[in-house]
Amino acid sequence: MSNQSSQAEIVRNSLNRRYRKERRFRLYGMLAIFIALAALATLFVDIIYKGHSGFVKTTITLDVPLDPEMMYLDDPTDADQLSMADFVAPIIAALQEHIPEAETAGQKRELGRLLGSYAASEVRDLLENNPDLLGTTQTIEFLAHDRVSTYVKHADNPRYSIKLSEQQQRWVDQLLEKGVIDTSFNDVLFSRGDSREPANAGILGAIVGSLLTMLVTLAIAFPVGIAAAVYLEEFAPQNKFTDFIEVNINNLAAVPSIIFGLLGLAVFIGLFGMPRSVPVVGGMVLALMTLPTIIISSRAAIKSVPPSIREAAEGVGASKMQVVLHHVIPLAMPGMLTGSIIGMAQALGETAPLLLIGMVAFIVDVPGGFFDSATVLPVQIYLWASASEQGFVELASAGIMVLLTFMISMNALAIWLRKRLERRW
Amino acid sequence: METANLLPLVLVLAVVAYGLAYMRSRAVAAPLGGIRNLKALPFYYAARAALWCAIPALIVLAAWAGFEGKVIQGIVIATLPQDSWPDSPGQASLILSQISNVAAGKLDPEFVPEHIAGAASVLETMKSQSADFKAALVLLVAVSGAAFAWTRVSPHVNARINVETTLRRIFFVCAALAVLTTAGIVFSVIFETVRFFNRVPISEFLFSTSWSPQTALRADQVGSEGAFGVIPLFTGTLLISAIALLVAVPVGLLSAIYLSEYASKRVRSTAKPVLEMLAGIPTVVYGFFAALTVAPFIRDVAAMVGLEASSQSALAAGLVMGIMIVPFVSSLSDDVINAVPQTMRDGSLALGATQSETMKKVIFPAALPGIIGGILLAASRAIGETMIVVMAAGLAANLTANPLESVTTVTVQIATLLVGDQEFDSAKTLSAFALGMLLFIVTLLLNVIALKIVRKYREQYE
Repeated sequence: MSNQSSQAEIVRNSLNRRYRKERRFRLYGMLAIFIALAALATLFVDIIYKGHSGFVKTTITLDVPLDPEMMYLDDPTDADQLSMADFVAPIIAALQEHIPEAETAGQKRELGRLLGSYAASEVRDLLENNPDLLGTTQTIEFLAHDRVSTYVKHADNPRYSIKLSEQQQRWVDQLLEKGVIDTSFNDVLFSRGDSREPANAGILGAIVGSLLTMLVTLAIAFPVGIAAAVYLEEFAPQNKFTDFIEVNINNLAAVPSIIFGLLGLAVFIGLFGMPRSVPVVGGMVLALMTLPTIIISSRAAIKSVPPSIREAAEGVGASKMQVVLHHVIPLAMPGMLTGSIIGMAQALGETAPLLLIGMVAFIVDVPGGFFDSATVLPVQIYLWASASEQGFVELASAGIMVLLTFMISMNALAIWLRKRLERRW
Repeated sequence: METANLLPLVLVLAVVAYGLAYMRSRAVAAPLGGIRNLKALPFYYAARAALWCAIPALIVLAAWAGFEGKVIQGIVIATLPQDSWPDSPGQASLILSQISNVAAGKLDPEFVPEHIAGAASVLETMKSQSADFKAALVLLVAVSGAAFAWTRVSPHVNARINVETTLRRIFFVCAALAVLTTAGIVFSVIFETVRFFNRVPISEFLFSTSWSPQTALRADQVGSEGAFGVIPLFTGTLLISAIALLVAVPVGLLSAIYLSEYASKRVRSTAKPVLEMLAGIPTVVYGFFAALTVAPFIRDVAAMVGLEASSQSALAAGLVMGIMIVPFVSSLSDDVINAVPQTMRDGSLALGATQSETMKKVIFPAALPGIIGGILLAASRAIGETMIVVMAAGLAANLTANPLESVTTVTVQIATLLVGDQEFDSAKTLSAFALGMLLFIVTLLLNVIALKIVRKYREQYE
């Protein structure tokens, strides 16, 4: 009796300590979740903080006197004259209207550098297309130089302003006050391809490239993945080769993506002599990469179709193939679609294998077809992130936001499809 | 005609064949008293015709498109005068690119030797002839396939069985594609790796401690021999992966435990998908975050406490990679923890153990093999991860265990060696394939072991 009570005593005395341990353990768990969620939140906040200014462009609106004497041009239809003419002079003159103090050649040069380097060719294109405008004064909206743009967007941060001379900073402040320099929504971002200048660069080329690549991936991976899943679930005999296929699929799902790039480089480009940097090759490589994901999720979807459906169909005389085509596949389709969309979202964000097959080239033009050189959105982000100008870093973050928007909406679609179409048996 | 145009054309022909065979089967059936007297429904006769039309034509098209480039190149080279035949693959590709540039009009024929200009015109004619032949052959095959199937529309033939057998074979080929992909990976790395080991002995590759693949342009330049010792790359990979696992394993495991044992249903249903979002974020985004936010932050913090950190420290890459693989660890651990039978839990609780004691002393030991399998899978993911390290880890192959220094990894080297223009037979390019082989073998081993452990463990409780 006394022995028992002393044991109860020991237990009672240890209780507080044990409860403290319990609470501590629970706290560790909460801390772990908090760390993971905080990391996610930091990532998002950081990207939005870095990238929101990428959606803003800085423009300089000037009344440019298209004076024939100033430009040494009296016939804009003459190609020779057009190539010799000086289109910078009228822009400088227009700027001098606002900044009268810039008189020396050096000051004028600095003044000209407030504008992006495509300003002169903009004037040239305007005249080439509308020769009648010669001699008139036109109001033209130019893109500001990347440094000016950075200075304007980050006025409160002295780290970004040092690239402008003090004189230029003063001028920019004056122009801002007069409303000559203005900021507006960056439509350039969504209407152009890559460029050497951040102000002129856009993600349209990369978006179209991604779209073309994804179309190829979808066209290959979706039907092949479903067919493979159907074979393995419904037709495959129980033998060594079937096991071998299954082992292969499971392993391929875990092979590092860069290895698929090596495969594409050696087989598609090396062996078959296909061109580099084109969406077709990129799409094929990504299709091989996403196939295991699609096969595995499609198999799960097929497995969840109850045997009673199959038995009923067979009972009224359907052949095995009819059972599969008329009943199993339609019933498993929501699950298959969900898996495929998630697989495609993965492929959309994939970068490494595409680097190896040459989709990292600097490409200005928006690709027009499956055999045009192209880049994709994640690769474009990678290229911009490794550039040194602040403007490109902003663009990279803006690109990330666009990419994440695509991916989140694809995943949301998958979830919605699952909720909407999934049947519980 | 271009391949891109032939493909839809063949599909259109298949649709036409479908329609014709459908009508034909009805016509055949009409005098017999309706389609009930056919062996199969009209649909199957039609589908058979479409398959007969499309499949052989597509096979011919794929084969031709796959090999025409190589064949034409061989023929063009053969037309060159004997004394200008290339004696190395590198030279061959140089000559070929010259020829194709002339043919494409990017290079003025006057600037190149006469035989190159001649070869360019040969290339032009070969290309257009090849395209014509290809189109003619593909269309011929498609039409004759359809015609054959059309003549075989008869009430005594069971087209359904034909169609179903063909479909089943197609399904099989699709499943076997996985095997083909693996074989493709193995062969694509094995050939180049063997060529690499002909130049650099395998013992040097595996055991030498210096890595500098930059071979000199001229033979007499200082340091013209590159060094190909994989050890610094391997230690770099291990260092970064170890940091990643040090972050991911505790965070992933503890959050899995909390979510499965403690959290209310509402917390669980929101926290879990949010955690899984971490796995869905593209790696290039993590790379951006590591290179432009975390790495400078670590450098600044280290400078504040008086340490010197590289701006491309292994720590930054490892930390961010750890965050990336948290969901792998947590969802796999979640699975195995939930697979532990409820009876074990109830038994422990009934004896008076607290929840955490049950977790630590009963469930965790029972789930340990599965958790280790999950960690191995996460490790293989970390070793094979490319973009984070390409963007945030350095290129310098330092043999160090200091996480504040910059290290390089196997994947970084593969990517940098193969990005951009490369000659196909330099030791530098070939070494990337050898690294790829190494990476493939290591990740494969990890995966096989991990899957074995997980499967064995699952069987235990089923």
